[in-house]
Amino acid sequence: MTALVIAEHDNAHIKGATLNTVTAALATGADVHVLVAGFNAAAAAAAAAQIAGVAKVLHADAAALENGLAENLAAQVLAIASGYTHILFPATASGKNVAPRVAALLDVAQLSDVTKVISADTFERPIYAGNAIATVQSGDAVKILTVRTTGFDAAAATGGSAAVEVVAAAADSGKSSFAGREVTKNDRPELTAAKVIVSGGRALGSNEKFMEVLTPLADKLGAALGASRAAVDAGYAPNDWQVGQTGKIVAPQLYIACGISGAIQHLAGMKDSKVIVAINKDAEAPIFSVADYGLEADLFVAVPELVKSL
Amino acid sequence: MKVLVPVKRVVDYNVKVRVKSDGSGVDIANVKMSMNPFDEIAIEEAVRLKEKGVVTEVIAVSCGVTQCQETLRTAMAIGADRAILIETDAELQPLAVAKLLKALVDKEQPGLVILGKQAIDDDCNQTGQMLAALTGMPQGTFASKVELTADSVAVTREVDGGLETVKLTLPAVITTDLRLNEPRYVTLPNIMKAKKKQMDVIKPADLGVDVAPRIKTLKVEEPPKRSAGIKVADVAALVDKLKNEAKVIG
Repeated sequence: MTALVIAEHDNAHIKGATLNTVTAALATGADVHVLVAGFNAAAAAAAAAQIAGVAKVLHADAAALENGLAENLAAQVLAIASGYTHILFPATASGKNVAPRVAALLDVAQLSDVTKVISADTFERPIYAGNAIATVQSGDAVKILTVRTTGFDAAAATGGSAAVEVVAAAADSGKSSFAGREVTKNDRPELTAAKVIVSGGRALGSNEKFMEVLTPLADKLGAALGASRAAVDAGYAPNDWQVGQTGKIVAPQLYIACGISGAIQHLAGMKDSKVIVAINKDAEAPIFSVADYGLEADLFVAVPELVKSL
Repeated sequence: MKVLVPVKRVVDYNVKVRVKSDGSGVDIANVKMSMNPFDEIAIEEAVRLKEKGVVTEVIAVSCGVTQCQETLRTAMAIGADRAILIETDAELQPLAVAKLLKALVDKEQPGLVILGKQAIDDDCNQTGQMLAALTGMPQGTFASKVELTADSVAVTREVDGGLETVKLTLPAVITTDLRLNEPRYVTLPNIMKAKKKQMDVIKPADLGVDVAPRIKTLKVEEPPKRSAGIKVADVAALVDKLKNEAKVIG
């Protein structure tokens, strides 16, 4: 058995989610190869070769692969897919975009957001916004998975010494092109990888208040900032800060929910956090049912006080 | 240009589902069902494109049990022109749905297919991408903005870390993210009008598609329960707990 992990990278560095995916691939008991498909991505391929547990790195390099367009990346995976028993992607925006396309082209089903590998063909995944855990078995010859990164530890980024093999790049599909990117500026730890997350909801009232109240706390704790859908919809925080069923899934050591009521869809994204703190003035808010420590207080008073006492 | 919009009937998003005690699945008998929220956004977008005059016809399609007709009536009340139900009692997985939709795309030849990015029951996030693969169309997933011209569509996508724009040649597949639009409420007159709109019912066999599931669900369990937490009196007590009991801050 050999598993292929599709690396997520920015052509220079391997993204953290790839490391968790390698751990999941190793858990199937297979030899693990990593595909680095990009443009001028030799540095990323070299970094992938350092990952502990990786047996081989396949490096495809072409301009058409620069931005990870689904059409081209899927064709690239397909070109080298024969012989692999498992093909794994991180369950990130990029992995979710490409994995089902590869699965359909191979005429196999795909397993989304796998949180546990039970055996080479049996896996656990959450359904209904994390309110149920399904154990599923794939009867297909090739198992195509996206891996929920918070379900697996990151493989060590160093210590490996895989060979890098250059493979032929797939041709450009010509059906799609990359037109631009607008990156949210963020000096903080990445939300999905942060040890501590400070998250705000609708109760913050405005973008100014959101930043004014929560930023000092996040600074003090070295935390990433998150938000509920209500806060994002109201424009208090950017979209990619959204934690929940349709946003990011996080599982930090400490999650501090400020002014978040705790709707099912939000809990789906954060209830695997180790310690959850809720600060809310509504004693009936559902967030208190999952919080390890609940503080019933006005967050505009409590949060600054918390910052002061840290 | 025709637009095809697949919609799914799911347990209403406000319902907290219960896992059956025998581990065979979740209990969906007698719970409220609704249109998947992302699919409402997809219908809304298609109808807006029609209102702008760049689209001529919006066709809603659903795969599943007879009751999916209600979901299709809702889609027509929002503004879809007609509906197709691919009726079956069988369990449908994304690959099967993508194949059914592919057969329909071959027949109807839409310029655009707009789906929701994921259904809130199985949380798969696969069908749109699979349909794009099977039809050979380019895909614009997790769309928060769609700009359609005669032969191409620019899709702004919500990705980790921000936004990304891709340009796709038509025909193309788009899947909607929450931020694409705010679906309109259906009005009573439109619900009445929707009852008169055309709804065709066909079977998977009519399309020559094998819908047998590829993935077997062995069991469904409750997620591990969190142990009950405590309420603290004030900020000082909270800091003390975090430092000395949970030891998550220094």
